[in-house]
Amino acid sequence: MDRFALDVAHLFAGGLVLVSFMLLYQDRMFSLLNIFALHALVVSLSVAWQAHIQSAPHLYITAAIALIVKAIVIPVVLHRIIVQLGIHRDIDTVVSIGQTMLGGIALVALSILVMHPITSAAGTLVREDLAFALSVILLGLLMMVSRRNAVSQVIGFMSIENGLILAATGAKGMPLVVEISVAFSILVALIVIGIFLFRIRERFDSVDIHALDRFRGEQP
Amino acid sequence: MAVILDVLVQLGQLLLVLLLAPLLTGYVRKIKARLLRRQGPPLIQPYRDLLKLIRKEVVLADNASWVFRVAPYVIFATTWVAAALVPTFATGLMLSPAADLIAIVALLGSARFMLALAGLDVGTSFGGIGSSREMMIATLAEPAMLMIAFTVSLLAGSTQLSSVATFMQGPDVGLRVSLAMALVGLIMVAIAENARIPVDNPATHLELTMVHEAMILEYSGRHLAVIELAASLKLLLYMSLIGCVFVPWGVAVAGQDLTVYAGSVVVYGFKLAIGGFLLAVFETAIAKMRVFRVSDFLGAALMLGLLAALLLFVSRSV
Repeated sequence: MDRFALDVAHLFAGGLVLVSFMLLYQDRMFSLLNIFALHALVVSLSVAWQAHIQSAPHLYITAAIALIVKAIVIPVVLHRIIVQLGIHRDIDTVVSIGQTMLGGIALVALSILVMHPITSAAGTLVREDLAFALSVILLGLLMMVSRRNAVSQVIGFMSIENGLILAATGAKGMPLVVEISVAFSILVALIVIGIFLFRIRERFDSVDIHALDRFRGEQP
Repeated sequence: MAVILDVLVQLGQLLLVLLLAPLLTGYVRKIKARLLRRQGPPLIQPYRDLLKLIRKEVVLADNASWVFRVAPYVIFATTWVAAALVPTFATGLMLSPAADLIAIVALLGSARFMLALAGLDVGTSFGGIGSSREMMIATLAEPAMLMIAFTVSLLAGSTQLSSVATFMQGPDVGLRVSLAMALVGLIMVAIAENARIPVDNPATHLELTMVHEAMILEYSGRHLAVIELAASLKLLLYMSLIGCVFVPWGVAVAGQDLTVYAGSVVVYGFKLAIGGFLLAVFETAIAKMRVFRVSDFLGAALMLGLLAALLLFVSRSV
């Protein structure tokens, strides 16, 4: 594989990690949605490029699904949901943004340290993709645990899915059927989450999930 | 003969940065004024200001110690040396072996240390808050700067700016996401270090927000002139640094005849003009942030630097 192809793949995959950090940095809901659309766009570009260099045409479909569903449909729908909810649009964080970023750096270092030794037999592209995909997944999880707002938790969940797509394309692609069903399950999840958001809002007048803590079992 | 020419070119670089620095400041001010549809002061206004300040007498506070009097000259000297070390129009000059990225960071760090001491020396409250804020910015900006220096030198295999610039001109660089991150991080650090708009506003004396101006509030006369000149030099330094690491084209290699040097000086001036224009547009388009947001801003720069260095280890080869 020539160097230019690898460099572009590296650029897109590294860019995805960077956009994950940008997701962590946002403190307004609408800018969060815009950055999430960018995240999905970078994923679809990355997948399309890998389809090109691996000459695997079915990956183009994956890229198209990522572009349409996650870069366009989901941000637009979430945008409308937020407008309808009429909640205040700042994002409350559990720990400060700076500390979250530092935690994120540690997670990226961890995933590189984990992935590099165990993929030493694989090609450069696969190694890179797996390390970056694991970082994106861990950053998505970090976002879910460090934000109190249900909408940003949804975004964190969706960005995890983007990381999974990156991992799957790097590893010579997963069957198209799986990809399509994942895309649809994401859409179904969006609908369920949307309804759920409205229910939380009706009951507690906010989407701060800490209001739900009182209803947990096993509490002293 | 060749030695004499080398010395002359190095001296030329020293004088060039010194003479160009106020012009760059005036140019950025002019563009900003034009963007706001004002006429703006003429380009040579900073030179006039400096001349006027030098001719005025120095007013010292009663309790100012020797630190207060020495600091401006130390700040000016370290900044000038640092600015002269960065390859502007030619690489491989006489002082190039000393032009180490880490040395430049250290020189700027000592300049900042003296400035903060001078701010504290007279004991006014403005000097105190200025110094404490400057130190808060420095604790985040310096590690970010060092991480960016590490990224660039890991790639180029050297911390010497001349070799870095030569490497960046070569075909081995390729398309690297680390370099893009390092560039963005370096721009953020440069904005914070030069007290430009999202972090600090160089044009106001508003108590609540000023950082750089608060520290030099007590200075007057030639001391103030020297400090202002050092501030201009620092802006020029960061622009030349970004230029020589990330846009190294048109930089001459030492040992050529004078026409080549003249050409590369013109290219250098062109780069500065573009850089100054972009800075002015950016400053006009953005609002100043609260002091407590600065740590997030610089934290992002530090994060970019760290990430750039980390990503190098998974890329093709280090």
